[in-house]
Amino acid sequence: MRLLPSGSTALLVELDTLDDVLALYAALADEPPAGVVDVVPAARTVLLVTDPARTTLDAVAAAVRTTTPRPGAQRSGDTVELPVHYDGADLGDAAELLGLTADQLVERHTGRVWTVAFCGFAPGFGYLTQPGGGWDVPRRATPRTAVPAGSVALAGEFSGVYPRESPGGWQLIGRTDVAVFDLTRDPAALFRPGTRVRFVGA
Amino acid sequence: MRALTVLATGPLTTVQDEGRPGQGALGIGRSGACDRAAAALANRLVGNPPDAAVLEVTFGGLAVRAGSDLLVVTAGARCPGAPHAAPTVLRRGAELRLGAPATGLRSYLAVRGGIAVPPVLGSRATDVLAGLGPPVVAAGDVLPVGPPTAPPAGVDLAPVADPPAGEVTVAVLPGPRADWFGAAGLSGLVGRSWTVTSQSNRVGVRLDGVPLDRLRSGELPSEGMVRGALQVPPAGTPVLFLADHPVTGGYPVIGYVVDADVDRCAQLRPGQVLRFRAA
Repeated sequence: MRLLPSGSTALLVELDTLDDVLALYAALADEPPAGVVDVVPAARTVLLVTDPARTTLDAVAAAVRTTTPRPGAQRSGDTVELPVHYDGADLGDAAELLGLTADQLVERHTGRVWTVAFCGFAPGFGYLTQPGGGWDVPRRATPRTAVPAGSVALAGEFSGVYPRESPGGWQLIGRTDVAVFDLTRDPAALFRPGTRVRFVGA
Repeated sequence: MRALTVLATGPLTTVQDEGRPGQGALGIGRSGACDRAAAALANRLVGNPPDAAVLEVTFGGLAVRAGSDLLVVTAGARCPGAPHAAPTVLRRGAELRLGAPATGLRSYLAVRGGIAVPPVLGSRATDVLAGLGPPVVAAGDVLPVGPPTAPPAGVDLAPVADPPAGEVTVAVLPGPRADWFGAAGLSGLVGRSWTVTSQSNRVGVRLDGVPLDRLRSGELPSEGMVRGALQVPPAGTPVLFLADHPVTGGYPVIGYVVDADVDRCAQLRPGQVLRFRAA
């Protein structure tokens, strides 16, 4: 664990693996140190945002160093089922990059539960991982200027669902009619770190 | 009716408050007023709580008509025609027109009772990057004003300095990836002058100057950041993130403007020179 400076109000904790991030985030999100107003996990880091009127960066650093990570805590999150039409424009390309047929790719995508590791990019966009999934998919060489809302996609070890139309370079394998971000629903964001997701053929 | 009818908006007017803290893990950024101190002053002067919503006016041009007698004030960039730092009753039917400021970029119009549009995810701030919050203010809008919640401050005029023209210097601290720019780290940033470009917006102040050399190539897994981050894309010229910055980013952050100086950066206009000094 390395503590990196992030200005006068935040601290960035860098870890070796995504699993280490999830374990530390699970502990910090449950019991954030006093004066911490936001905890933001990412692929290899956890950002702690403080209210400088209520704490100091030294105090937060000391609290992080004595936090006991909780590995595996994410396995107890809520599970949502997402029906997917596997007809994405990049389904064939993505399968070929993995040495699979399109059917095999779909089988692998639906065969095991995914977990939201962290969010970012846009409100409600989750980076989903599937332990043991063996995913390693390069992004498209040229990003699309407009990926439709509901697109189900792959990049690197992650799968994701575009909450709204936006530019994007992920490989599109399908689409879902479920809104992963909907301001008329409470909570608006279907995905939060720890949410478990099962994709099923629609 | 306690409301403001919008007659004109200038280049960009949005509703802003203190934003949506604590939702970064959902991919939702904080947003809120770019010049937090100016927005807070405007609220104080009309007796509003700190979290009341105000109008953030970019480079003047806002015109509004009062639907009832309303106590109003502006802070931040001083616009001709504005009740600047001096709370004034705008009579029912009277119009308020903000001219273009001589210095600074963003002005805050506070109304006693606060702008009472419906909140979105706990805030009335418009996040232009995420597309969250109330729509950008447009001519013809009727903006409801809430009931007063506390007595006004009883101040006739608050003596505050106008945002400066010309060169501005702010303090920086090292960022998490200062080492990507060599042993010298921050010194390349501190030793140069940077010009604010016209591509700047609520997301960030885009700077032009002699590009910084990156000693490390390769990609950085996206990581969280806060307001004040100086992110360096491959072109080598930094972006100073403001209120609507992305929650995470994949370019290295070389440094951070200290939080107390970030508000002043929100008043920089294109062409102004920004310098950094080590905090």
